Amino acid sequence: MTKFQIQKLLLSLAIICFSVVSAFSQGGNVTGTITDATDGATLPGASVVIEGTTLGTVTDINGNYSIDVSLNTTLVFSFLGFETREIIVQPSTIVDVALTPKVTRLNELIIVGYGVQKKKDATGSITAVNSDEFNTGAITSPTELVMGKIAGVQITTGGGAPGSEATIRIRGGSSLSANNDPLYVIDGVPVSSSGISGMRNPLNTINPNDIETFTVLKDASAAAIYGSRASNGVIIITTKKAKLGGKALKLNYSGNFSFSTPTKKIDVLGADDFRNLVAEKYPSQVSMLGDANIVWQDEIFENAIGMDHHLSLMGAVKNIPFRVSMGHSNNDGILKSDNIKRTTIGTSINPVFLDNHLKVNINAKYMNVDNRFADRGAIGGAIQFDPTKPILSGDTAYGGYYAWLQNSGNPVTQATTNPVALLNLREDLSNVDRFIGNAQIDYKMHFLPELRANLNVGYDYSKAEGTVYVPEYAAWSYDDATGGGINNMYEQEKKNELLELYLNYSKELKSIDSKIDLMAGYSWQHFWRKNYSINSDVANTPSKTDTISDPTEYYLVSFFGRLNYNLMDRYLLTASLRQDGSSHFSEDNQWGFFPAVAIAWNAINEPFMKNVKTFSQLKLRLGWGITGQQNILDNDYPYLPRYTSSQVNAQYQLGNLYYTTLRPEGYDANLKWEETTTYNIGLDYGFAKDRFHGTLDFYFRETNDLLNFIPVPAGTNLTNIILTNVGDLENKGAEFSIITRPVVKKDLVWEIGFNATYNENKITRLIASDDPTYPGSPTGGISGGVGNYIQMNSVGYSTNSFFVFEQIYDAEGMPIQGMYVDRSGDGEITTADKYHYKKPAADFFFGISSNVQYKNWNFSFSGRANFGNYVYNNVASENGVYERLYRPEGPYLGNVASYVYDTDFDNPQYLSDYYIEDASFFRMDNIKLSYIFKDIINGNADLSLSATVNNAFVITKYQGLDPELTGGLDNNIYPRPRIYVFGVNLQF
Amino acid sequence: MIKNIDMKKIINISLAIAGFLLILSSCTKDLNTIPIDEDVVTSKVVFDNPDAYKQVLAKLYAGLAVTGQEGPAGNPDISGIDEGFSQYLRGYFYHQEFTTDEAVIGWNDQTIKDFHYQTWGASDVFIQAMYYRLFYQIVACNEYIRETTDEKLDERGVSGDLRTDIEYFRAEARFLRALSYWHALDLFGSVPFVTEEDLIGAFFPEQISKADLFDYIESELLSIDDLLLDARANEYGRADKGAAWMLLAKLYMNAEVYIGMNKYTECISYCNKLTEAGYSLEDNYDHLFLADNSNLAEVIFSINFDGAFTKTYGGTTFIIHAATGGDMPPEDVGIDGGWGGIRTTKAFVNKFDDISGETDTRANFYTENQELEINDIGLFTDGYAMQKFSNLRSDGNNASDLEFTDTDFPMFRLADVYLMYAEAVLRNGAGGNAGTALEYVNDLRERAYGDDSGNISAGQLTLEFILDERARELYWECHRRTDLIRYGLFTGGDYLWPWKGNSFDGTSTDSKYNLFPIPDADLGANPNLIQNPDYL
Repeated sequence: MTKFQIQKLLLSLAIICFSVVSAFSQGGNVTGTITDATDGATLPGASVVIEGTTLGTVTDINGNYSIDVSLNTTLVFSFLGFETREIIVQPSTIVDVALTPKVTRLNELIIVGYGVQKKKDATGSITAVNSDEFNTGAITSPTELVMGKIAGVQITTGGGAPGSEATIRIRGGSSLSANNDPLYVIDGVPVSSSGISGMRNPLNTINPNDIETFTVLKDASAAAIYGSRASNGVIIITTKKAKLGGKALKLNYSGNFSFSTPTKKIDVLGADDFRNLVAEKYPSQVSMLGDANIVWQDEIFENAIGMDHHLSLMGAVKNIPFRVSMGHSNNDGILKSDNIKRTTIGTSINPVFLDNHLKVNINAKYMNVDNRFADRGAIGGAIQFDPTKPILSGDTAYGGYYAWLQNSGNPVTQATTNPVALLNLREDLSNVDRFIGNAQIDYKMHFLPELRANLNVGYDYSKAEGTVYVPEYAAWSYDDATGGGINNMYEQEKKNELLELYLNYSKELKSIDSKIDLMAGYSWQHFWRKNYSINSDVANTPSKTDTISDPTEYYLVSFFGRLNYNLMDRYLLTASLRQDGSSHFSEDNQWGFFPAVAIAWNAINEPFMKNVKTFSQLKLRLGWGITGQQNILDNDYPYLPRYTSSQVNAQYQLGNLYYTTLRPEGYDANLKWEETTTYNIGLDYGFAKDRFHGTLDFYFRETNDLLNFIPVPAGTNLTNIILTNVGDLENKGAEFSIITRPVVKKDLVWEIGFNATYNENKITRLIASDDPTYPGSPTGGISGGVGNYIQMNSVGYSTNSFFVFEQIYDAEGMPIQGMYVDRSGDGEITTADKYHYKKPAADFFFGISSNVQYKNWNFSFSGRANFGNYVYNNVASENGVYERLYRPEGPYLGNVASYVYDTDFDNPQYLSDYYIEDASFFRMDNIKLSYIFKDIINGNADLSLSATVNNAFVITKYQGLDPELTGGLDNNIYPRPRIYVFGVNLQF
Repeated sequence: MIKNIDMKKIINISLAIAGFLLILSSCTKDLNTIPIDEDVVTSKVVFDNPDAYKQVLAKLYAGLAVTGQEGPAGNPDISGIDEGFSQYLRGYFYHQEFTTDEAVIGWNDQTIKDFHYQTWGASDVFIQAMYYRLFYQIVACNEYIRETTDEKLDERGVSGDLRTDIEYFRAEARFLRALSYWHALDLFGSVPFVTEEDLIGAFFPEQISKADLFDYIESELLSIDDLLLDARANEYGRADKGAAWMLLAKLYMNAEVYIGMNKYTECISYCNKLTEAGYSLEDNYDHLFLADNSNLAEVIFSINFDGAFTKTYGGTTFIIHAATGGDMPPEDVGIDGGWGGIRTTKAFVNKFDDISGETDTRANFYTENQELEINDIGLFTDGYAMQKFSNLRSDGNNASDLEFTDTDFPMFRLADVYLMYAEAVLRNGAGGNAGTALEYVNDLRERAYGDDSGNISAGQLTLEFILDERARELYWECHRRTDLIRYGLFTGGDYLWPWKGNSFDGTSTDSKYNLFPIPDADLGANPNLIQNPDYL
């Protein structure tokens, strides 16, 4: 034997001995291959672990594994995206395991209007975000859950107040004066988008912890099924529901404790610098200075705490799945005295009868919100108030707070108000109750199981009550004759009713390898609201009391139908038509038709793609559709000639009597729907087994017959500006999204999502006569002087473009006060020299989120950026001038912002383009670290602890407090705090 | 499988579907819903209530005083502008007073300083507000005139006293329309023209020439002369023959400006009607402008305000607040605090020999800590302030509110008639004589001085004197611009006052500024309109 042969022999002997030894030590080797149950493909990198230990291995490139076990060992086989299997194995055996994929993304059901569709069959531009992908932290409103997550969708909060309103724009705004908000459908009930008095954001009704999915229908082919209200896109929110099967009872507790802190202040003069500046600029007014040293912004902002508790119970009782949830939150705002308390109760019952033929879905959500609104005037007031004056005057008058007084001892009516007094003396309270309920019955015909009837009945009721009270001794509302003060109350009641019925027929035609799905339906909705308010002073002086009561209502009736045709799972066609009638228009114009067609080509299923392994998903989509808009916010009868009575304080004296007057209102009898036509081309892609997947869309939207308030020719109507159909608007852009997993290992998974949107918005027509010299209609009122407008809607420009003078600078780059470029060349500076300069809407916006899962640790962050958005810094234009130091109309002294050192302006130059600043920004919305304790309490529960920072940081060049503003006008925005959140989640 | 199903079942299902569709179709009737707010009535049924006729008329008058259906602001008549600016009298004050030697304004509201500088343009928001306010009145009057024709009243079965009343109401609506058309002619010249024949809707009104508009106003006033109640015979606040005569007198007085024709004789004939109608001068000049100045024998037509029931941020609330600032104690004029805006120029101050107010009581200057010279037009203390209008009652007590004034605004009064008579006589109109003219002027001087120490002689009664006397008597009552134009002194370099043309001593301005431009917005909306000469 050769040396080599001897070595081999020894090796074999050793192995045999070893094996024998192993066998006698009751251990042995198990080998096998792990495959995908659907197609037999092997799965490299799948994990094989001995249950209850950390011992394990990973399959090799061929899907093979090998592991040592003792008798009766349970092995756990798992792979991302597949159902885990546990098998008891014996040593020295071969165990091949086939794993079934979890419901994949493609097979996932997404919600489209009036039904669901598999994602792979969808033809429109639809993005769904599920609860595990939501943003986290101190979330008070559902819209915050998806900020930055969806291409084409831009969500901006109104500021840093807890529960503040949010503006959502899908693919730019398609309207000028009609509503630009998308349609919200909550559990099948389309809700009115008009606000609720006493509640800043009507969506706050839904506790974010109860939301399962947030689906956005972006293009017309998806949204047109909602016809007349879908021009700005549709957002479908579904709440969590129990399912049959699974654990008997699941209990979940989720708690959040948050600490908010202000991040930035406007730079105003400190008391000593102020004293010096007054001595320099207004030496004769030095006697008006005080001795104190107050930084007013520090006095009105504070660190705030908040907490949120949520409990839900999900399960089945006697085969009836149910879910009950309760939530309570209490959040203070960083502006002193701001507070919001909210209680939500939600239930849903989803029994199934008659052998799955009859499905019943009953949802009820109740919410109660208690608000105390801090007076936001204090924000501007803190910038303007004299830093040398104390907070308390040392006197008992005016509540003890310092106030500017005239010689008579009465307050100076034109002076700035003590911001601390504003916050402490004003009680602005509201209490809102809201109930949204619906019952849905889905019946699959016994004699024809392909035919299904669905009836949905919904009811949305809200009642808001609020009071505003300011005592009579408050300086700013003081009245020598009647006492003064403010004593207001308001009540608002809203009732919306919904009745919807549709039939759905779906059949698989195997002979031609097709599936068809046909749906036809009817919907009736009634919106009613009533506002009632009494404004008065503390003494309820009759001449100071105004009572206003105005109930109003409107109806929507629709017929709709849709056809879905699927050929060989490769060629997909969707066609829909909706006919909507609205009581907003006269009988001749009531009905609008909204068709849509979309086709999609699932290229991945083509035979020639079978061998192309690079793509895991490839679908091309083309869509066209027309959607409508009829949401006229302030007036439900704009086409009807009618007379309105005057209030008691707008009467006229004839003889010895005061007469209530009757005024004929302006109207447009021919008012009709606004229509938006959308063209969309999209691509759904995925490659490397969906390791990278995402979408790419290009769209073009044109709105015709824009509902717009424009001046009508003088003499033709009973007022000067009428809501009428005149004007066209265009939005075009592109959306890109990608989700990828750069790292996928046994214990470590890293997922990154990124989306980017480009949108261009342009007004293409504004008035009936198409006159090219028509300058446009002014918009964007600013603070300073009265009635100044900084924006202008004109043909050929973006909505709300700024319309300003072009500033002239000196050799050192300082602006020269009052000197502007004479663009018209006529030797004078007049409005003819103004020009369109920049706009508030961003050109590009993108969102990025990252999620790293390492064993039981999870680290994630999510951020957003906007580019090309500009903001008019009204805080600088109003407060950055020396003239603010001494105001003779009081007289009183006021502070200036240090913006004044950059301009050296004496008088305000409100209309200069100097104040239009680039507000592009990147904001890190949340950073979170969490750890999950699995299987505690006898293996029955999972406990997750997390620490999150919201609004971690902002990178921007904008000089004001915050660059993120929807309308582009920074007039004392409520600053957004940085919030540190500690969260607990216990799941039984 | 389908074959197995009973015919019965099919019929049942079809019936159910049919039933459903029936219900659905009735639901579509919901789309024709009408307003449920009891403050809102459709036009079809509004006049079923007989009180409505007077209430709609009240709105026509109220259009001169308030800005909407809620006081002081809310539910506005016209939009696109801050509601305070859209008030009729306030806009008229801006156009007739800020543009002259009688007033300057120091605020930063947009282009407001352009009025005094005489540098305004066609996109000026205040000019636009005035224009639309005038047409608001005109169209509202047209609507009322349409709803009160004999045919309509017969159709509704209106008769008896109500019928008689409505006929007076209708004549008064025609007066108010003529008044606004006169303002339009005076401010803008050639404007779009609509009457009750033009229904509400989408169309492009024609632009009427100044001559045709003059004829129309004249014919309207002449034809309603018989239809109005006698002078001083109507309720306070409503128009009567006296108001119509006054408007005719104004029209004829300025006919040379409007149509280049001499109508001073016609002017004198109406001045005579007015002086014989029973009006008489108020004893105390200041009482004409106090909070309880209603029902005065000197006033021919007024715009009426009330601190509780007719609230606005315009009107006399505006005049009194805006004229108070600096050191002026607001309680001197019965308000809570001033807005620090309006003062006057030294050109006006110099028209008084004695500015103390001791001799000529019309000199209501406030000079403490106010400079005579205006170095900075934005500084309230530059330029003497004035305290003509006040919200105190004649007994010195406060009125019903400290923020919103009770003070009525005398649009037409007897003193003006006296001065018009005198001027028309000097301009060689027939039907009057120089002796009476001198008497009238001295009546005014005696009222102002309290005795005859201020009386003038026949030789002193010149056209120039009358212009200055109109300033001393009628300042801040919205006549100045019209008067200066009539004398050819409004634009151009013949008469300069501080900051005219945006220069410290005043400088010559272009004659195009004798008329205000048609607003850009209307030029854009109505292709039939041509801009006034020389405006871009």
